[in-house]
Amino acid sequence: MGERAGRRDRTIAALHGKFFNRAASLGIFGSHHKRPLRSRQVPRRRHHSKVADKGREGPLEQRSGFPEENETSMSDTASPEVTLAAVGLSRRYGNNLAVDDVSMELKRGEIVGLLGPNGAGKTTAMKMITGNLAPSAGSVNVCGIDLIDKPTAAKAKIGYLPEIPPLYKELRVDEYLRLAGRLHRLPKSALAEAVQRAKHRAGLSDMGQRLIGSLSKGYQQRVGIAQAIIHDPDVVILDEPTVGLDPNQIREIRSLIRELGDQHSVILSTHILPEVEAICDRVQILHRGKVVFADAIAGLRAFRGGHSLEVSLRRPPQLEQLAQAVQPAQVEQVSDGVFRVIAAQGQDPTDQLLRASLERDWGLYQLSPAQASVEEVFVHLTRQDEADASVAGNPSSETAA
Amino acid sequence: MIFTIAAKELRSMFASPLAWVVLAFMQFVLAFIFLKQIDGFLEVQAQLARTPNAPGLTEIAVVPMFGVASMLLLMSVPLLTMRLVSEERRNQTMALLMSAPISMTQIIIGKFVAMFAFLALINLLIVGMALSLLAGGTLDLGLLIANLTGLILLGSSFAAIGLFISCLTTHPVVAAILSLAIFLALWIINAASRDPQSSLHLISLLKRFEGFLNGTVAVTDLIFFALLTATFLILSIRRLDSERLHA
Repeated sequence: MGERAGRRDRTIAALHGKFFNRAASLGIFGSHHKRPLRSRQVPRRRHHSKVADKGREGPLEQRSGFPEENETSMSDTASPEVTLAAVGLSRRYGNNLAVDDVSMELKRGEIVGLLGPNGAGKTTAMKMITGNLAPSAGSVNVCGIDLIDKPTAAKAKIGYLPEIPPLYKELRVDEYLRLAGRLHRLPKSALAEAVQRAKHRAGLSDMGQRLIGSLSKGYQQRVGIAQAIIHDPDVVILDEPTVGLDPNQIREIRSLIRELGDQHSVILSTHILPEVEAICDRVQILHRGKVVFADAIAGLRAFRGGHSLEVSLRRPPQLEQLAQAVQPAQVEQVSDGVFRVIAAQGQDPTDQLLRASLERDWGLYQLSPAQASVEEVFVHLTRQDEADASVAGNPSSETAA
Repeated sequence: MIFTIAAKELRSMFASPLAWVVLAFMQFVLAFIFLKQIDGFLEVQAQLARTPNAPGLTEIAVVPMFGVASMLLLMSVPLLTMRLVSEERRNQTMALLMSAPISMTQIIIGKFVAMFAFLALINLLIVGMALSLLAGGTLDLGLLIANLTGLILLGSSFAAIGLFISCLTTHPVVAAILSLAIFLALWIINAASRDPQSSLHLISLLKRFEGFLNGTVAVTDLIFFALLTATFLILSIRRLDSERLHA
C-alpha cells in the first residue's frame, strides 16, 4: 500500500512539474496556452479538412503531452500497461449521432473523467465500452482482448456501475454480491472472500444481511460499486456514481474511487466539473457526442482559469477607463467594484492592470484567475470548435483568429 | 452459469408472494377436483366392476386432474413469466447480466430452466397426489406417465412463449395479458374450423394435449412441443441480442 501511495505521489508530482514547466514556458494567459491544449485534442476529427490537419501536425508532434507523459510514467512505474483502448466509437440512433468518433486510452492506475452536459453521449459511450450496446463503428480493446470478437473474455475484465445501479431489491446484500461474483465467473472457493473484500472496500461490512430494497440510496450506490469491483476487474467504469447522494456520502464515494484508482483503471462520468478536478488524472469532455477536449487535469485547470481574471477594486473607475487600461482585453462588471477581465489572444493583462491600479489609485485588493464554470468551458470549447470549422480551409489563420 | 441465473430467478420468484399464491391455488383446486373424482369413482365402483372394458381408477380420478391442471397452467404461467425479462428491463438490472461475461443464450436458457423447475414442482405435487392412490388400489402407470409427459411439454411451451413475450415489453402486466391471449388462441384455434382435416388442428395445443391425456404419446406431438419451445427460446435470444444492436 505504501509503495502504491508513493508511486501515486510521484505521478502527481510529475504532472505538477509538467504543468508548471508548461505554464512557465507559455505564459499563463492568452492564446499561447490554448494552442497546445487544442493540439492535444483527440487528433481524429472528421470535420476537419485534410489541410487543417496537416497544419496541425508540426505543433502536435512537438508539443503533444502524451509521448512525454509516457516517458515520465515509464521511469516512475514498472510498466504503464494499457488496460482499455477504445478507437473511433460511434453510435447512431436513427438519424441522430449520439456518439461520434470517440477514442479513449486508459493505463493501469489511471482515473479518467468523462465530462459533459446531460445528453452529451457519456452514458452511450460507457454502454459501448462495457458491451451493453453494440457500437455502429469503432472497436474496444480490453487488456488486449477485443470486445466484439471475444465478448465474454473481455467483459470478465470490466466492472460496470450503470447510472441506475442494477440491484435486485428483493435480495440481501450478501446474496446479491455472491450472485454478481458468480456471474463474473469467480470460482466458488474464492467467492466468500471476494464478497468480504468488496463489502469492506465499499464500506458495507455490517450490511451483509440487509435487504437491498431497505437500504438508503447512498448504501445502494455502494452496493452498486461493490458489485462492479467484486471480480477485481482491470477496468472499472462508473456512470455518475455520486448523483443523488448527500455531501458526506459524496466525499466517501470519491475517496473510494481514488482508492480504486490505485490498482484499477477507472472511467468516471459526471457533469460536475469540481468532481473531475478532485478525483481524476485526466479528463475528456464530450459535447454532442464528440470529444471536444482531452488533457491531463492540470491542463483543464489552466484552461478554466487561463482566459479571464477577476479583479476587485476598492475605488472602481468607470468601466471604459478600466477597459482602456487593459486593452485589448475586454472587461465586464460582475458586481460593485468587481470586474472580469477577459484576456485577448496572446495577451497577459496582469501587468497592465497592476500598473494602472497603482498609477490611478483604484485600490486593487484582490486579483484571481476567474474559474470558468463548466458551462463556460463548454461554451468556450464549442465556440472554438465552430470557429475552427470555419477557418479550417486556412491553416495559417490560427493566430489571426 | 445457466444454473446461477436459474437459481437467482427462482430466488426472486419465491421472494414474492406470487409464486406461493400460484402454488397454493393450484394445489387447492387440483386436490378438490381429485377428491371429487375419487368420490365419484367410489359411488359407481360396483357397477364398473360388472361392465367389461370399464374405465379404471386412473382414467376417472387422475386424467381429469391433468386436464384441469393444463387449464390452470394456461392461466398461471403468464403470471410467472411476465416479469422474467420485462422487470429486469424496468428496474434497469439487465445491465448486470449484459455486462457480465455471459452470453444472451445463457441468460435466456437460465431463465427458462428456472420456469421449468417451478413447473416441475407443480407436476411433482400432481404426481404425488396420483401416486397416493397406490396405497389402496392399482394405477395404470403407463397412462400416468403419458399424462405427465404431456403436461411437462405443454408447460415448457407456455414458459418459452411467455418468456419471449416478456422480452418484448417493459411492462410485466402487458406481457401477462399478451401471453394469456396467445395461449388461449393457440388452445382453441381448432374451434375456428369445422373441417377435421384443417391444418388449424395441427397447431391447436388442446388437440395435441388431448392425445397425451388419452394415453397416446405420439412422436409428432413430442416433436411439435419441442419445436415450439425451441423456436420461442431462439426468438427470445435473438430479441435480446437485437436490443444490444439496435436499441
